[in-house]
Amino acid sequence: MSNLRGIYTIWYRDLLRFWRDRMRMVTSLAFPLLFLIVFGSGLSGSMGMLAPGIDFPKFMFPGIIGMTVLMTSFMSGVSVVWDREFGFLREVLVAPISRVAVAAGKTLGGATIALIQGIIILLFAPLFGVSFPPEILPRLIPVMFLVACALSAMGIFLASRIKSMEAHQAVMQLLIFPMIFLSGIFFPINNLPLWMSVLVKINPATYGIDPIRHLVLGAEPSASLGISVFGHIMSVGEDLMIVAAFGAVMVILAMWSFSTQE
Amino acid sequence: MSDRHIIEVEHLVKNYRDLVAVNDASFSVERGEVFGLLGPNGAGKTTVISILCTLSKPTSGRALVNGFDITRQQAQVRQSIGLVFQDPSLDDRLSAMENLEFHGRVYNVPAPLRKERIEQVLTMVELWERRHNIVKTFSGGMKRRLELARGLLHRPRVLFLDEPTLGLDPQTRHRLWDFILGLRQTEGTTVFLTTHYMDEAEYANRIAVMDYGKLIALDSPQGLKAMVGGDMISLSTADNTRAQAELKERYRISAADDGEQITFEIAGGERFIPVLVKELKTEILSVSLRRPTLDDVFLKLTGHRLRDEAVKNGLKEMARRHGRYMRRR
Repeated sequence: MSNLRGIYTIWYRDLLRFWRDRMRMVTSLAFPLLFLIVFGSGLSGSMGMLAPGIDFPKFMFPGIIGMTVLMTSFMSGVSVVWDREFGFLREVLVAPISRVAVAAGKTLGGATIALIQGIIILLFAPLFGVSFPPEILPRLIPVMFLVACALSAMGIFLASRIKSMEAHQAVMQLLIFPMIFLSGIFFPINNLPLWMSVLVKINPATYGIDPIRHLVLGAEPSASLGISVFGHIMSVGEDLMIVAAFGAVMVILAMWSFSTQE
Repeated sequence: MSDRHIIEVEHLVKNYRDLVAVNDASFSVERGEVFGLLGPNGAGKTTVISILCTLSKPTSGRALVNGFDITRQQAQVRQSIGLVFQDPSLDDRLSAMENLEFHGRVYNVPAPLRKERIEQVLTMVELWERRHNIVKTFSGGMKRRLELARGLLHRPRVLFLDEPTLGLDPQTRHRLWDFILGLRQTEGTTVFLTTHYMDEAEYANRIAVMDYGKLIALDSPQGLKAMVGGDMISLSTADNTRAQAELKERYRISAADDGEQITFEIAGGERFIPVLVKELKTEILSVSLRRPTLDDVFLKLTGHRLRDEAVKNGLKEMARRHGRYMRRR
């Protein structure tokens, strides 16, 4: 099927470029690691238990994994802007490959790279005194990939609509930082002022961070450490349904956007 | 679609918000010919080529490339064409080989054939030795040669060249054209070319001239030159405007002023010069006579000189490269 081959070719190129740019790989890991060291070790003394049995480093660690996945997948849109800027996008647009396949390939490529980055951070767990049973991996990795796909599609969709590099930078920053700060990565999302609570609950990223945290900690979502929507505590499965729905919308938008690209 | 015509354009119109970029253009390109599209900057050539390459949608009108409709059968059109534009579209971070592999895959060239063809085209443009080098390390000429190799990899029926040799040294330009014309011989590839280089335009079997979005002439280079008529006389005088008026009044000659000289055509130019020198009141500083060239045709049809457009384009290209260079830092 030529479409599948096309998706693979686009995906492969993004992975190849990522692998070639070893420097970028290393520096993009520095940011989350810095967070872990500074906030984890630095603040752990001052902060008490955030929830029964969960001290600050334990709370933060899955959040940082989630942050890595969120940021990296969102930034995959940059590759589209870069390609447009340096001309390669024309080669892609004028080739007989379907535009839908291009959107799919780019989404999967961005998600794969985000997953790899997330897994690398995961492997640093022992360094920060966080342990998790390896049995969770078969469930955690698909969850991370799902979140990565949804955010990657969003990044690609936005990048395909924004034509200038400068505008793209601006939109990224205006969008990604609130999404990250208001998603439960840095602080529990119960007992927040109403306005913040609302923002957190309409932020799709929140529903990506919650499952990652609960899987790593091996806990079920509870009133103290879960998302409460109209009194109902979201289970991991329900979180993932929201992420999947959001992702589906984004993927459709990305595919539409590439089809009408000029 | 007729068998002879590989491209057919019917009443093509492209409007942007407040600008008519292409104003009802109609023409056909014959199989296997080298077809030139000439025009001053802003005349609409790039828009026409973008539409034919399915990079842009027309406002109205239709076009067929290799028998396929450019709006309704985009994938088939894309499979049939190859592009070499002036701004590069290679992946700088990958090697030459990897760039061609990518191209081969998205253009549905089957795997065993792909290896063979990649070797063939790289050898043709003399880059086989450098196939594993990263494109970033290539010179401008090498990049253009690689783009040409890539554009031909899938054996397109039509090769679209938009200013293919802009900014290249004469040696590379010559080599590039050897490859292109060679391929035309062996594969019957049709070449659709836009250029501001006069010598390059001479390669064309037929040339269409555009200005302000309209097609104003379409003929072979010889035919166009014949349109200019007789000999071309260029004068530079102490007061060109006055001389122009004088020529009009006295001999009913309309001369074109390109800023430095006034130029006009006349049969039997050699015999007219002594008359002019004797009779013209405005002081003549220099006079020259030659047979008409495409540059003259261009001047007559559009009021611009091809070579001035080439210079402007060259500056634009330099500015673009500089801008990109600055941004990378």
